[in-house]
Amino acid sequence: MTTLAPTPSSSPAPQEGATAVVARHVAVVSRKAVVASGVLTLLLALLVALAPHAGLARFRFSSETDLFRIPSVAVPGQTVAWVCVVLAVLVTAGMALLVRAGRRVPVVLSALLAVLLVVGFLAWAGAGSDRDFPVVRLVGGSVLLAVPIVFGALGGVLGERAGVVNIAIEAQLLAGAFTAAVVGSLTDSPWAGLLAAVLAGALVALVLGLFTITYKVDQVIVGVVLNVLVIGLTSFLYSQVLVPSADRLNSTTRFPPVAVPLLSEVPVLGPALFRQSVVVYLMYLAVPAVWFALYRTRWGLRLRAVGEHPKAADTVGIKVQRTRYVAVLVAGGIVGLGGAFYTVVSVSSFGKEMTAGAGFIALAAVIFGKWDPVRAALAALLFGAASNLEGALSIVGAPVPSQFMLMLPYVVTVLAVAGLVGRSRGPAASGQPYVKE
Amino acid sequence: MTTPDPYAAGGAVAPDAVPHNPATHPSPEADPAGPPPAPVEDDSARWRAAVHRVFAGGWAVSVGAVLLAVLAGSVMIAFTDEGVQEASSYFFARPLDTLGAVGSAVGSAYAALFRGAVWNFRADDLAGAIRPLTSSLNFATPLIAAGLGVAVAFRAGLFNIGGQGQMLAAAAGAGWVGFAADLPVGLHLLLAMVAGIAAGAVWAGIAGVLKAFTGAHEVIVTIMLNYIAFYGISYLLATPGLLQAPGSANPKTPAMQDTAILPRLLGERFTLHAGFLVALLAVVLVWWLLNRSTLGFGFRAVGENPAAARVAGIDVRRTTVVAMLVAGALVGIAGTTQVLGTVTTGFSYDIDAGIGFDAITVALLGRSTPWGVLGAAILFGGFKAGGSTMQAAENIPIEIVLVVQSLIVLFIAAPPLVRAVLRLPQPQARPRRRATTREAAA
Repeated sequence: MTTLAPTPSSSPAPQEGATAVVARHVAVVSRKAVVASGVLTLLLALLVALAPHAGLARFRFSSETDLFRIPSVAVPGQTVAWVCVVLAVLVTAGMALLVRAGRRVPVVLSALLAVLLVVGFLAWAGAGSDRDFPVVRLVGGSVLLAVPIVFGALGGVLGERAGVVNIAIEAQLLAGAFTAAVVGSLTDSPWAGLLAAVLAGALVALVLGLFTITYKVDQVIVGVVLNVLVIGLTSFLYSQVLVPSADRLNSTTRFPPVAVPLLSEVPVLGPALFRQSVVVYLMYLAVPAVWFALYRTRWGLRLRAVGEHPKAADTVGIKVQRTRYVAVLVAGGIVGLGGAFYTVVSVSSFGKEMTAGAGFIALAAVIFGKWDPVRAALAALLFGAASNLEGALSIVGAPVPSQFMLMLPYVVTVLAVAGLVGRSRGPAASGQPYVKE
Repeated sequence: MTTPDPYAAGGAVAPDAVPHNPATHPSPEADPAGPPPAPVEDDSARWRAAVHRVFAGGWAVSVGAVLLAVLAGSVMIAFTDEGVQEASSYFFARPLDTLGAVGSAVGSAYAALFRGAVWNFRADDLAGAIRPLTSSLNFATPLIAAGLGVAVAFRAGLFNIGGQGQMLAAAAGAGWVGFAADLPVGLHLLLAMVAGIAAGAVWAGIAGVLKAFTGAHEVIVTIMLNYIAFYGISYLLATPGLLQAPGSANPKTPAMQDTAILPRLLGERFTLHAGFLVALLAVVLVWWLLNRSTLGFGFRAVGENPAAARVAGIDVRRTTVVAMLVAGALVGIAGTTQVLGTVTTGFSYDIDAGIGFDAITVALLGRSTPWGVLGAAILFGGFKAGGSTMQAAENIPIEIVLVVQSLIVLFIAAPPLVRAVLRLPQPQARPRRRATTREAAA
């Protein structure tokens, strides 16, 4: 299953659509990127101009227990915000020039713009507050909150690349969380809970596969219905079974945070990324593993072939239905693993509908990441950071109504999807059952 | 993600009469049963063919699906019932006790469901007896409208997950006109409804415009718009002078003015309000739109095949935008009737009550047709009304209703499964089906 495909090592990863694009089309896409950057920069400028905010913004980079300690930085918030705005305008202008010259906007430039906007925003938001931004907790919290979304997005990518749309990510997360809670409590071992969650996710995936692959029911219907089914089942069992005997069935031992030697001593990033629990490290491994499996193994090649053109794959002897089943089951296991995060990492008991729509966010991350595991994981991280912003801003005391701060990430996502991602095309056969002739 | 095809939904797979050509199928996966035999007419007795036709027909599957779902619900009730657990501890000594306990637990649960949804046989008079039915229709009202909204989008090839946001926007629009404006009777209600419906349309229209002109996927945009609407409403509700009731610290609006409230249909004793008529009107309008109008033809054409629609001279961009506007307006009706009819004492940011997501299930069960949506919404409304009675009377969590509902949709979508479980005759392609099942198990 994991043998290397006989590809020459020099050839780049097969990236669909990137090679044979007509120059005119690239220019069209790029202009949207410029417009989106302009709008975002303008938003920040308006924010800074209309709600000026005197005082210092403090960023704290390390805690007392760190080996290497970096002093906290206090900057005049308003000034830094304006500097960031000016730099962002320059970057946007640079993008516009590139587009005029008929060239693509490099990703680096977009990333630079994003960093500028975030720093400018934080500097402005934190100005005048007597509390400081704990940068470590900001980054670490974002990663932690992104865990279920990343696992969900990885599962979604695998399924859709094999041609099975997985709207049931939410159901798999919830099933994983529930089973991890019950098994983890009964055995008093988070590892058992984790394993059970993987099985629960795969079980939901099996139902998904049975209906969509064998019975060829519309995949969207099955996904939506499975969400409702699992919400109903877990909530029912929660009130009928878990609540009456909560001590025995619904109180897990959580995974303790484990510091990775050496890596955890890296300033800022070390404590944020490498003093986490095992599940987070599994996530660090899962993203490259899924990428490798998808693009560098025979199994992945077949999986993608089945998702793009099942008939052709069948003609060359790939078993379409079996490939899809395996893909969906593996994907379900991965999502279930993410579900375990809720009950063996985040808190130690299950609650009704505790996934709270993370599966749908993961679905958005799949599309945002254009059905690529790495990009989908990055999109999931973005959403994790967005949900973490709430806590960060409540620490420093937000200068504008908190609801707008909370809304901002989603507005930015809409703008980014409209401006940067554009027309997203999924795997060609995604959503279509394969009927062998 | 591809767009869902409401026609392909759940239909039995066409039998493949194409014989296998081993040359083009070198895979060992090739049908172990060999080429499927041509359907042989059972000529022994005509009545057997007739029976076969009846049991292979659609209605048998629908009834079977409901039966199976109810059976699954019964199993869940029985397993978690205290009386059953008690009796099962001495099952081998007196097995009939366990069966009796199962019977009484399941029986009283479904009796309570029926009593809460259709006909209260314990009531003293007719009014009390039909009250559950009117309550079911009341629950069905927003589901009809929102289900239509999702269905219209489905038909145009769009997946509208933004029901929550559209309902919140509509509630804000209708609610604001409803409590803040001073207008004469009639005009006030009309204006409030128009404001709500327009707000819903605009909210969905954003997703439509972005989809049409930048290609942004409507699934992402509508999900994001849900969050944006939620936080937007939260802000409006927390700010005095906007939506928050004066002199209150709670995130809740003032009560609607009497001139803006939808009249009760059957007098003050029943909660059923005129919003139900609006929803019925919407069903007829959507039927006309989809099946009789040029615009609806455009929706369906774009939904079936955008490229072909473009070649045929249909403006795909414009159609996408209009389809989302119509879908949002329909979901907007749901938000509007909620604040002007059901919860008239002021609402909060949870006014959508999950209807935006329920609507997706309703639209799927109704196969995205207006009349199908109407039937599915009334069924789900009945489940909602009966479920709360069941929770109150028998202490069975209302979530069991979700399980039964979703199983019904799942089973109706997979006729071959229902036929296999209930031993109903498969209409065609029997050897084929077996082959796929065996292959899947491999």
